[in-house]
Amino acid sequence: MYRQKYIFLLPGLLVLIAVILFPLIFTIRVSFSSWDVYNPGLNDAGGAMYARMWEDARYWQALWRLSLLSVATVLIQYLLGFALALLVWRDIAARRFFRVLFLVPMMTTPVVMSVIWRTIFHESLGPLNPILEGLGIGAQPWLSHPGFAFVAVIIVEVWQWTPFMFLLLLAGLLSLPSEPFLAAKIDGAGPIRTFLSVTFPMMGAISVGAILIRAIEASKIMETVYVLTSGGPGTSTETVSYYIYIRGMRDFQIGYSAALSLTYLIIMAVALTLIAKALMRLMVRGAGA
Amino acid sequence: MTTTRTRLRRGALASTTLAGTALILGASGTMAQDYSRYGIQADTPGICSFEAIDAKDYSGRTLNVITHAIPVIGEPTALHAQQFQELTGATVNVVHVPFGDLFQRIMIPFQTQQSAYDVLFYGSLWLGDFNPYLAEVPEAYQQVSGMQAVTETYRGVASWGGKMLQYTMDGDRHYLKYRADVFANPEAQALFKEKTGRDLTVPATWEEYNEVAAVFTNTDWDNDGAPNFGTAEVTKRDDLMFSAFISRVAPYAKHPDVKGGFFFDLETMTPQVNTPGWVRGLELFVAAQASMPPGGTSFGLGDEIFSFGGGQTLMSYSWDDAFIQAMQEDSPIRNKVAAAMLPGAAEVWNRDTGQWDKFDEPNRVAYVTWGWTSAVAKDSQNQDMAFDFLCFFANEGNTESDLQIGRFGINPYRDSHFDPAFYESALGWDKAVAETYTATLKGIDTAPNQVFDLRVPGVGEFMSSLAAGVARAQSGEQSPQQALDGVAAEWTAIVERIGPDRVREAYANVVALEDR
Repeated sequence: MYRQKYIFLLPGLLVLIAVILFPLIFTIRVSFSSWDVYNPGLNDAGGAMYARMWEDARYWQALWRLSLLSVATVLIQYLLGFALALLVWRDIAARRFFRVLFLVPMMTTPVVMSVIWRTIFHESLGPLNPILEGLGIGAQPWLSHPGFAFVAVIIVEVWQWTPFMFLLLLAGLLSLPSEPFLAAKIDGAGPIRTFLSVTFPMMGAISVGAILIRAIEASKIMETVYVLTSGGPGTSTETVSYYIYIRGMRDFQIGYSAALSLTYLIIMAVALTLIAKALMRLMVRGAGA
Repeated sequence: MTTTRTRLRRGALASTTLAGTALILGASGTMAQDYSRYGIQADTPGICSFEAIDAKDYSGRTLNVITHAIPVIGEPTALHAQQFQELTGATVNVVHVPFGDLFQRIMIPFQTQQSAYDVLFYGSLWLGDFNPYLAEVPEAYQQVSGMQAVTETYRGVASWGGKMLQYTMDGDRHYLKYRADVFANPEAQALFKEKTGRDLTVPATWEEYNEVAAVFTNTDWDNDGAPNFGTAEVTKRDDLMFSAFISRVAPYAKHPDVKGGFFFDLETMTPQVNTPGWVRGLELFVAAQASMPPGGTSFGLGDEIFSFGGGQTLMSYSWDDAFIQAMQEDSPIRNKVAAAMLPGAAEVWNRDTGQWDKFDEPNRVAYVTWGWTSAVAKDSQNQDMAFDFLCFFANEGNTESDLQIGRFGINPYRDSHFDPAFYESALGWDKAVAETYTATLKGIDTAPNQVFDLRVPGVGEFMSSLAAGVARAQSGEQSPQQALDGVAAEWTAIVERIGPDRVREAYANVVALEDR
């Protein structure tokens, strides 16, 4: 009865298959071929690409580096975003102006901003080193030293995406009920106690959401690395996405890059699920029960 | 994408011109149209001339062209496509693609048998990958004056297995550029003598290059109040750094008396990249980092051009761009620069004997690297129009005009391009500059010891692996020997994957060019 109702689901289902499932299934198929510049097409290579990946130290190093980069950038973005959101949450002068100002970096194109930042970090021509010298800190090898280059990538990512964290956390703060704050005030709680006992716990769920969204995005860092450092010096800033790009687009190893991508997808899905569960237990009251 | 279609009313134009020229030519009966509005000095007669192309009618037909982003090669492609449209009535669609995407944007349609493009502009070193998909240049086009004037070196670059598959429209090579005014300055000469005990000369070896660079690093030798540096080099991993590295390695590893391969031993297909000659080159490349400007260890090609062309550094080596930048009319160092062959090596690794051989005259190796090229797809349904477009693009008038615009990226490749008088009259260069430039280019073209790019299937993967290894040594992650051992292992694996015979067959084309 009413079986015809399923017909109405068909358009959505077809779109889903076309947009999501087909590319995914095709990628899986490609990953079991050795499609490259000299072996075009979908042959049957079995698990050769996955076996090769297992021995590819550069891929695993890039994965480890990406983990560090993601944790560092998301953590800093969360702390800064929360601080900025708290700043403009209360009645301060020019609150609207600051709210818009803080969103500007997020609205710029990542590639364009990476070019701008590369110019800023340029050790001969950029404005940053003269400023640091003026402050007595001295010029730094921003893009030519492995450690500094890694920090430079973090700086750009934090600058670009802290506004996103700010936006979500500000929305969360604005949605909080006023009664708990009133009760805390009556009980004589100061601002720090109020934050630790009222604001932060009530922001737990939205914090987890914001961190997870940013973690998913951070796990795909590509444009910044591509423009700013090209993965160098050496391989010190090479992330998984960039490495897959090199293998797939530069070296034209379509089958191998598909295997790398799928493995990366699975690792990220598992890791982010575990992170989400851990964060829920830590930051959301009642979630661990 | 250029889609504008502005067919000239050739009949009307011809009538107007007829009236004018008839008065001048009188009874001769010969009439030539004036194409100077296209920026050319003269229209050289032949099937590629403006006049011959103007006589063609491709109305209603479409030519699809893929090329690099504007300006390098992309801008002249768009310009000549527009002219071709105007002259023939064809519709020419030009797709501009950033460099990082160009290879796969060409290769995927080839592999999936889509006739996406008729005409392709790309890096000539990709011939090892693209050759199965390209149409041979018809004999008629090989016989035109413009093609006959292409030097033997660049005809070789365009050929594969005895067939000309690429239509030559650019010539590239690496050479040394230096500040002639500083080398001639008595104060600089005295400083160098004081620091090294020898006279300041244009570096004949890479050891000398590093020594000169070190002496003049962090000193204000141009008295502009800002520190100057010794050398600007392309050191950024994925920004054609491999070419810079090969320039440094070649004289130590390309023995003039040892034939049979520079990158591989052609017989065994054993990679040579971790042999002592290559390691010596990398050690010197790494050592030179101390003489680079701040950030110089991550310089891309653009940085290198700007650093030398802007007067920051004493020496540089790569393609023409930095030299042309330095010679721009608004350049502060215009006519203060000179060109020379790449430095050489007094000791060269002999892989046959497993020893270093000493040379009284340094071993100089000319590195003919990269270079833009063009071709017509084998499955194109418009091959006649496509070859007409390419021969028009590269006709004498257009090329002489393009050579004068640095950002176009078109560099000398015909015998006539090595005439210093052209650069003096057309570009206003000083005689000495024009002479060192053309003598250097001609010297490279006729050098007895040459190295060409590794034009085999998977060249992108080989070079990517090489660049990553060199970058590891540059950043101190690994020693030069460790880094190149890693590259050799990767190259061996790549060869095994592709098939040694297949790579050997392709590499034999490169070796044939080097050993001729």
